[in-house]
Amino acid sequence: MLDFTQNYFELFGLPSDFRLDLDELSLRYRDLQKVVHPDKFASASEHEKRVAMQSATLVNEAYAVLKDPLKRAQYLLSLKGRNAEGENLTTTDAAFLMQQMQLREALDETREADDPLEALDKLLDTIKAAINEQIAKLTILLETSSQQDLDAAMESIFKMQFLKKLYSEAEALEAELEDMI
Amino acid sequence: MALLQIAEPGQSAAPHEHKLAAGIDLGTTNSLIASVRSGKPSTLPDENGEHILPSVVRYLEDDVEVGAAARDTAQSDPLNTIVSVKRLVGRDVSELKTLGSQLPYDFVDLDKPVPRIKTVAGNVTAIEVSAEILKVLGKRAEDTLGGELDGVVITVPAYFDDAQRQATKDAAKLAGLNVFRLLNEPTAAAVSYGLDQGADGIHAVYDLGGGTFDISILKLNKGVFEVLSTGGDSALGGDDFDRVVAEWIMTKAGISDDADHGTLRHLMDLGRSLKERLSDSDSADISINIAGSQWSGSITREQFNELIDPLVKKTLQACRRAVRDAGISKEEIKDVVMVGGSTRVPRVRELVGELFNSEPLINIDPDKVVAIGAAIQANVLAGNQTDDDMLLLDVNPLSLGIETMGGLVEKIIPRNTTIPVARAQEFTTFKDGQSAMAVHVLQGERELVDDCRSLARFELHGIPPVVAGAARIRVTFSIDADGLLNVSAEETTSGVKAQVNVRPSHGLADDEVTEMLKASIEHAEQDVHMRQLREEQVEAQRVIEALKAAMSADAEQLLDEAEQQLLLGELQKLMDVSQSSDIKQIKDAIKTLEKASEFYVERRMNSSIQQAMAGHNVDEFK
Repeated sequence: MLDFTQNYFELFGLPSDFRLDLDELSLRYRDLQKVVHPDKFASASEHEKRVAMQSATLVNEAYAVLKDPLKRAQYLLSLKGRNAEGENLTTTDAAFLMQQMQLREALDETREADDPLEALDKLLDTIKAAINEQIAKLTILLETSSQQDLDAAMESIFKMQFLKKLYSEAEALEAELEDMI
Repeated sequence: MALLQIAEPGQSAAPHEHKLAAGIDLGTTNSLIASVRSGKPSTLPDENGEHILPSVVRYLEDDVEVGAAARDTAQSDPLNTIVSVKRLVGRDVSELKTLGSQLPYDFVDLDKPVPRIKTVAGNVTAIEVSAEILKVLGKRAEDTLGGELDGVVITVPAYFDDAQRQATKDAAKLAGLNVFRLLNEPTAAAVSYGLDQGADGIHAVYDLGGGTFDISILKLNKGVFEVLSTGGDSALGGDDFDRVVAEWIMTKAGISDDADHGTLRHLMDLGRSLKERLSDSDSADISINIAGSQWSGSITREQFNELIDPLVKKTLQACRRAVRDAGISKEEIKDVVMVGGSTRVPRVRELVGELFNSEPLINIDPDKVVAIGAAIQANVLAGNQTDDDMLLLDVNPLSLGIETMGGLVEKIIPRNTTIPVARAQEFTTFKDGQSAMAVHVLQGERELVDDCRSLARFELHGIPPVVAGAARIRVTFSIDADGLLNVSAEETTSGVKAQVNVRPSHGLADDEVTEMLKASIEHAEQDVHMRQLREEQVEAQRVIEALKAAMSADAEQLLDEAEQQLLLGELQKLMDVSQSSDIKQIKDAIKTLEKASEFYVERRMNSSIQQAMAGHNVDEFK
């Protein structure tokens, strides 16, 4: 098989850091695909085609994970032995939960606004800023391996998941409103 | 002193190494075939100099007519003349949008996964009809290029689902063509344009064909075409423009819904001709004489625009979603490429130009651009362009999901994921000793099973019997580079691989295709055995050539002496039997060599990856 002992960072020849140069990542991704993609093996034997298929699939998966800050953070935590996905995450940050409730209310109210699309646009910007705030926090927290920082990172990831879900719902509403015009 | 043969850059030095490859645009209304010759792609004409082959197939008692001759009799023999068969592949008859109240053909087997059309030559599936078109194109290429085709690239609408793609591949199989790749039409157009204009950046391709609509957003960067998102409607096209005009005429002229097939076909043709005339004129006169009743009137471009606006607006909706899915803003799109005959309609250009705020690009022949792009890729996939860095990274257009409790669909692979892609899901048994289970796979964005498209039911057999809930069945869903789904399953605690039986909801099962192929070969009075033997011999050649090429490239670096000897030994064994007439012997020898060289293939792959990444790390220090 492909060298599955490598983690995604190693596959791309990058350090296992949350800090990542996205342009560099894209460049390496393209170079990797140029070498493993099934199109390079269209006239090859069945076995080579299979290996190419598996390799290209792995490269696509690794790229998708490393490209997205949330997934990258979750992946880094998994490399450090923590499961940052699913229902075992939580937060006790009351201020955050309050903010979420307010944002949700704001989302529901955009339909009644004078200019719903404009209100939505502003809301999307607000949520995006909150997400970027979490990304900035994670950048610092994930530089060390201290248990405390990892705990804090788990909480940050939970918040980001929350915010991303809200962002998706806002986008879906924007799509709905745009199609009605 | 012998003269050195210097070949053109990018071309193979030895002419006998040049593989014959072609690209096929299998369109709803028209089909074309193109090939790269002397480094230049061009469409191939028939013996009359015609490049376009109308996608019309007429069944006679002892013969099949394909193309213009068939199209010209469509009105007089409507039940045996199949037009726009692309609208039927992988679909239920109930989904057809029809003119009038009658179905355009005599359908049978409506309750089966694949309906059939009753003709004087027997009952045929849409797959067989498509195969007839492909056969004509294949022969045209072989006659023009002077040899057997090594393979073809066939284009499909980006929005085609799994059933429609599989049906296209099945049709190619029946036509005796080896498919290198199914290529999405907008991507093919982008290749044709992108390499022509050489412009890096983000482009949109708006492809409105006879029966399908696609919008794709692509990023071109140094020869790598990355599809960011794709959207569309695989049941919306120029045919629908024709239909709304025909319906308008029927209302005005008082022609009733249950008019006969010939009349309906005539009205559709009229709708099309009016659509075309109104692209150049502000109005057009109509005069018809149907079933004794006469009617004359006229239609203005404004009236026509009103009729088609709802359809065009639907395409714009898909465009907006594609831009959103790409995660970019409209302003980042450099230009919009228009593909497909129906993009000649002024209203379409107007509205698309408005949406993207740029003048749509129309300079490459919209009829040929897809076939040309397919030919370019076919040439690369055949291995003729060894120094080419062109790479196409495409996506799946529809989310893939499985049916869960309560008629709901759980998404496993979201739409616009770069392919190939694989995701796994774990299941367990709910009865003691349960040894089989079924997974229902669907495509679509909605949450209810009823609102999504059923792909197939995968039956997993051979699960080791254990207590209910103890089994861990890992089902892996993978979508390959053709956009086709493959399912495999393994019980992870025991390592037992489940046997997977596929029951397509809208397609032919593997053994049905094999049966059909056998029947068609026998019908053509060819030898099934000879055909299978030839296939094995060709595969053996492929394996031999691949291993030879690999070893001459890196055997010294990657293999020790003993390993080299081993591989050369196994290679010789295959070479010895490769020309024999014993199919099983060749098959077994191929398997043995593949098994023996597995370690080498993997070692090469790992080495290529390391080299590719090492190149970067060296650059870092420059």
